[in-house]
Amino acid sequence: MSTLKRLWSLSTGRFGILIVVLLVVVALVSLVWTPFDPGAVDARARWADPSWPHVLGTDNNGRDIASLLMAGTRTTIAVAVGAGVVATVLGLALAALGSLATRWVRESVAVLVDILIAFPVLLIAMMISAVWGGSLAVVIWAVGIGFGVNIARVTRPELRRVLQSDFVLAGRASGLTSWQNLTRHLLPNVAPVFIVQLSWGMAVAVLAEAGLSYLGFGAPVTQPSWGVLLSDLQRYIAVHPLTVIWPGLAITFTVLGLNLLGDALREAADPTLAERAPSARIHVPGVVA
Amino acid sequence: MIRYALTRLGLLVLGLAVASALIFLALRVLPGDVAQLVGGTQATPEQVEALRESLGLNVPLWQQYLGWIGGLFRGDLGTSLLTGTSVATELVDKAQVTVPLAAMSLTVALVVGIPLGILSALGRHRAGGTALSVAAQALAAVPVVWAGMMLVVVFAVWLGWLPPQGFPRAGWNDPGAAVRALILPALTIGVVEGAMLLRFVRSATLQAIGQDYVRTAAAKGLTRTRALLRHGLPNVGLSIITVLGVQIAGIIVGAVVIEQLFTLPGVGRMLVADVAARDLPKVQGELLALTGFVLVVGFVVDLVHRLIDPRQREAA
Repeated sequence: MSTLKRLWSLSTGRFGILIVVLLVVVALVSLVWTPFDPGAVDARARWADPSWPHVLGTDNNGRDIASLLMAGTRTTIAVAVGAGVVATVLGLALAALGSLATRWVRESVAVLVDILIAFPVLLIAMMISAVWGGSLAVVIWAVGIGFGVNIARVTRPELRRVLQSDFVLAGRASGLTSWQNLTRHLLPNVAPVFIVQLSWGMAVAVLAEAGLSYLGFGAPVTQPSWGVLLSDLQRYIAVHPLTVIWPGLAITFTVLGLNLLGDALREAADPTLAERAPSARIHVPGVVA
Repeated sequence: MIRYALTRLGLLVLGLAVASALIFLALRVLPGDVAQLVGGTQATPEQVEALRESLGLNVPLWQQYLGWIGGLFRGDLGTSLLTGTSVATELVDKAQVTVPLAAMSLTVALVVGIPLGILSALGRHRAGGTALSVAAQALAAVPVVWAGMMLVVVFAVWLGWLPPQGFPRAGWNDPGAAVRALILPALTIGVVEGAMLLRFVRSATLQAIGQDYVRTAAAKGLTRTRALLRHGLPNVGLSIITVLGVQIAGIIVGAVVIEQLFTLPGVGRMLVADVAARDLPKVQGELLALTGFVLVVGFVVDLVHRLIDPRQREAA
């Protein structure tokens, strides 16, 4: 609770939380209501200027851009959450292996993580989609793998430090099972670094979805997605330049919100590290798109 | 130093081996038959079998892998399934667009990131410094494709100063047109990457301001800014070298997306087309070339950093 309060007291944290909440609310609302059917083609309303009832105008098929954006929120959230889950499982598994296993395994894992961390997410995604074709799953796996190694890199030293700390030794001595020690001491101590990485990873996922969908390796063209919308509208950029603004703004706001949330989480968890936040984030090579 | 360089070189070789094995295996778990894919649905079983033999798919995986790696040492990255051209030749050809694009993007990123990052840190209590920092935070969240589209709208569609897309047919034989074609793409990648660099330079500078030796120099009569410039910035410069490696990787990745937007005939656009066409030998060679490049840049950056930072040498 106190962490949440501290988070809210930071302007960046407030902004981040508001954006994430807004995103979730829009996605939920879009399940039951959008101003127009996002897929509905209306030949009479092609390229409507922003006005009532098409508040953001329409595209070349007369589809309502505001409704498409609302529906696209769901794709964005699905990718961010999916990539987050993959990154968490992979990252924590690698971190655990890298700090708990025998020495030989520990060092191999560390070297492997060092190598994998240099692989740009976009190249991982292209490797996967060369085999399975483009889909949202490609984006989820690529970002999940790319960020999983990042999480492992950052979490492992923390885990090792906590493992050798007095309170874990004391816990073991006082007869806690390893599971109890894990849930009471290890996880709460490792959680801060890990959650910060996760929110940055989700920001990368949102960018990756847009970029890969734009290249044709992400969401199928039939799915409402900000990246797909961006590439649809780009073809008419010379004639209707302003339509392309909306999906870009949506993506930028979401990524900005998640980035700020990550920065604020870091500051709330460890105020002394706050000014160093960007240097840790910048170690993410190949932030796509 | 030599021991460090050798260890680091070992890691590089290991990295290249892991990368090549991963790329090779990932492209081999294809659900379906590559020979069938190449032959098309019309191919008879005999034709498919002949193709399999000519593509070398009838030998065990490890022999295929060794064959591929062996070829690498002779500069043979494989042959395109679809056009039959040498992957290495095409890479060299397309690099003539991608390498200048990357160099121009890096220049823009440095010009944007370093001076503005220092300014933003120096003016952190003033409105200008804060504004710079907020702008950088926002720019770093902008998707590269979209930034490119916005620049096209302003500089090509509205102002008509620069071409919206394309690369001169004459290539570098028409240097003026070639450079003009690369300005908008390089600006796009450079500004977004520069915004990330700005954030890093800012935080590194802020850290340097807080160091004792800067405070001491200021106490001995230098102005705070001069103390920082003379004693703090060399240290900032060192940490920037590390970031540059990551930035170059980011620029290469940005080029893949941006070449598509600006229809530039570079390595990135070729890779996108080959992935879509499932020209596996080509994709394999291109992916290895790109990841190899990223790994080598990381290696060089680490070595340079080590070479010029005495603290790192002592730490070993």
